[in-house]
Amino acid sequence: MQEFESAFGLAFDLILRGDRDLLEIVWLSLRVSISAVLLACLIGLPLGAYLAIARFRGRGTVIVALNALMGLPPVVVGLIVYLHLSRAGPLGFLGLLYTPTAMIIAQTILITPIVAALSRQVLEDLNTEYAEQFRSFALSRAQAMQVLIWDGRYSLLTVALAGFGRAVAEVGAVMIVGGNIDHLTRVMTTAIALETSRGELALALALGLVLMVIALAINAAVQGVRLSAERKAYA
Amino acid sequence: MVLKQLTPLIFGALLASAASAQSSIIVQSTTSTANSGLYDHLLPIFEKKAGIAVNVVAVGTGQAIKNAANCDGDVLLVHAKAAEEAFVAEGYGLPRSDLMYNDFVIVGPADDPGGIRGLRDIGTALTQIAESGALFASRGDDSGTHKKERQLWEMAGLNPSADSGTWYRETGSGMGATLNTGIGMAAYVMTDRATWLSFGNKADFEILFDGDPALFNQYGIIVVNPAHCANVALDEAKAFADWLLSKDGQSAIGEFERAGEQLFFPNAAE
Amino acid sequence: MRDMTQNCAQTAVPSTAASLAVNGLGYNIDGHRLLQDVSFDIRTQGITVLMGPNGAGKSVLLRLLHGILPPSDGQVHWYGKPLSPEITRQQALVFQKPVLLRRSVAANVDFVLRTRGRQDPGRRDAALARVGLLHLVQHPARRLSGGEQQRLALARALATEPDVLLLDEPTANLDPAAVQLIENIVTEAASGGTKVFFVTHDIGQARRLAEDVVFLHRGRLLEHSAASAFFDAPQSSAARAYLAGEILT
Repeated sequence: MQEFESAFGLAFDLILRGDRDLLEIVWLSLRVSISAVLLACLIGLPLGAYLAIARFRGRGTVIVALNALMGLPPVVVGLIVYLHLSRAGPLGFLGLLYTPTAMIIAQTILITPIVAALSRQVLEDLNTEYAEQFRSFALSRAQAMQVLIWDGRYSLLTVALAGFGRAVAEVGAVMIVGGNIDHLTRVMTTAIALETSRGELALALALGLVLMVIALAINAAVQGVRLSAERKAYA
Repeated sequence: MVLKQLTPLIFGALLASAASAQSSIIVQSTTSTANSGLYDHLLPIFEKKAGIAVNVVAVGTGQAIKNAANCDGDVLLVHAKAAEEAFVAEGYGLPRSDLMYNDFVIVGPADDPGGIRGLRDIGTALTQIAESGALFASRGDDSGTHKKERQLWEMAGLNPSADSGTWYRETGSGMGATLNTGIGMAAYVMTDRATWLSFGNKADFEILFDGDPALFNQYGIIVVNPAHCANVALDEAKAFADWLLSKDGQSAIGEFERAGEQLFFPNAAE
Repeated sequence: MRDMTQNCAQTAVPSTAASLAVNGLGYNIDGHRLLQDVSFDIRTQGITVLMGPNGAGKSVLLRLLHGILPPSDGQVHWYGKPLSPEITRQQALVFQKPVLLRRSVAANVDFVLRTRGRQDPGRRDAALARVGLLHLVQHPARRLSGGEQQRLALARALATEPDVLLLDEPTANLDPAAVQLIENIVTEAASGGTKVFFVTHDIGQARRLAEDVVFLHRGRLLEHSAASAFFDAPQSSAARAYLAGEILT
């Protein structure tokens, strides 16, 4: 158990010293996962809003499928993206394998179903409240979707946060499509995996602590935004 | 509204990654070379000299060869001679060169439940482990180390797969993960010496068997064949391979030490 | 009465007068008949009050007139034209419980103006001034009191200058002072030329506001007459009993 003690010491040391490699890795983790969250929101929120409003044959099936896709194993996503981006694959000519872009693509695929499925739930509740008023305004479907997304923005922040949590914590997908290349595609989770495989358990744990501190800070910031929204009764 | 502000940010992030690709190559390699820190020692020397960035993807030998066959690398640096020669024979690679060697060792708990300490013959050691019923953790991942281990069991006339799940445990993971697992359950593990010497979580484990010439571990280097993979950065890949095989590169390999011990022994043909 | 309405629907009417023709209107849901065979027509301006006990079908009728529920039978014609999103857009409905967007007071009004393609801060402020909310323009809409929320809903409805304003028991949960404010705003809108349909089961309120009364009971239209006639000499026994304060089932 002495790993825990040395892990805390190491974590503090790494942070206080502002270790350059660590900053690079943290920055890449955030860049990749935040980009993935933004892209997933760009796709997932309209999809969730559409499913919240639209009634069509097979809607139930789509929702069940989407909910099931929330459990996509990261390694499987990584493999699928690898097979497409590999030079031997259909998109190999883009030369994206082993780049941060490939990692963003993989994480976007991983979390878009989460954003879509959770936002569908949130926005369907909101739509129950708004639907009659929308009909009275004679809004088009696109207009109604926009209003739902905008008025649900604070609840959707939590949805985005769930996506971010999943993205920043996964290792399977970014390991395969990023390759864990030092100074190029190494992120927090792949660095933790690497240090574990080197038997440097205390360092791995210290990196894990740093990751948790970052996640905590982001969650606290979002919670702060939500609280101020609740005071205005917007949430 | 918000989306309009965010869009440039997203594409900024995406473009930033595309822009960073200048003169660079990808080396498909093994965890043993990467985890030991060899590349951290070699690459700065080469990058300074040649101005070429070298990106190392460290996976098991089996996966490294597959990735290279998919054209997802410019250079292959692994340790499974037969598989490497097959790779070249199938037209995926330019001719292979011996680069360096080290050796495999068997590590285990200090109380040595199978009693292999001091033995000279690997066949005897493995037989004794099997008969004592002591645990043995195998990579089980078709890596170079795993292939070598299977060969050794076969040479000893044993078939441990029949007992898989009892005393013979296949972890299906990399060297480091298998060492962690083996140490966790007090099982013998066969590992390359470099990984072991640089491994941080040794607990009460020691090298209990080494020195048999059958444990020789040869690393080879292959430039991926541009006739098969048009995207290969041939000049840069060749520059890297040639440098490693040159006098400078070979002595750089020989100079690399961890805890006062040399981990790899250069043996490129003159 | 039915013959009369059918004639009405077919003859051209002066475009200045509000004209509504309701013909054999019915609404069923899950096998329940909430409204059946309702026919009437209206050419007068001013305030028409829809009255009746709970469950009479007043709110359903209001929604059918507005075109936000699809009728099971019959038709609704405005100015001789069947219902369409165009017509719904020319009207505004204020609900019993106001549905306000999670935005500021100003943004709630701006939103409707924008969907009508005429964003105009001047018009918005005028609408808010009309209901006495101009000083709360940047206030979060959902932090307003119940009466203020309903006034904002009214301001939002009136800002688009609708031909027809429909209100579904807008004062049911409000205190007398707030009721007074709302009634003033509605009366003012009506005298400004907006046709008003006002659902209430408050007899006093109906007396104060109504120019004509549509009385419903158990999903059927029992009476449609001028307010004075209705309150002085109701024709149906149900209306007599209702006005006498008896509980109708």
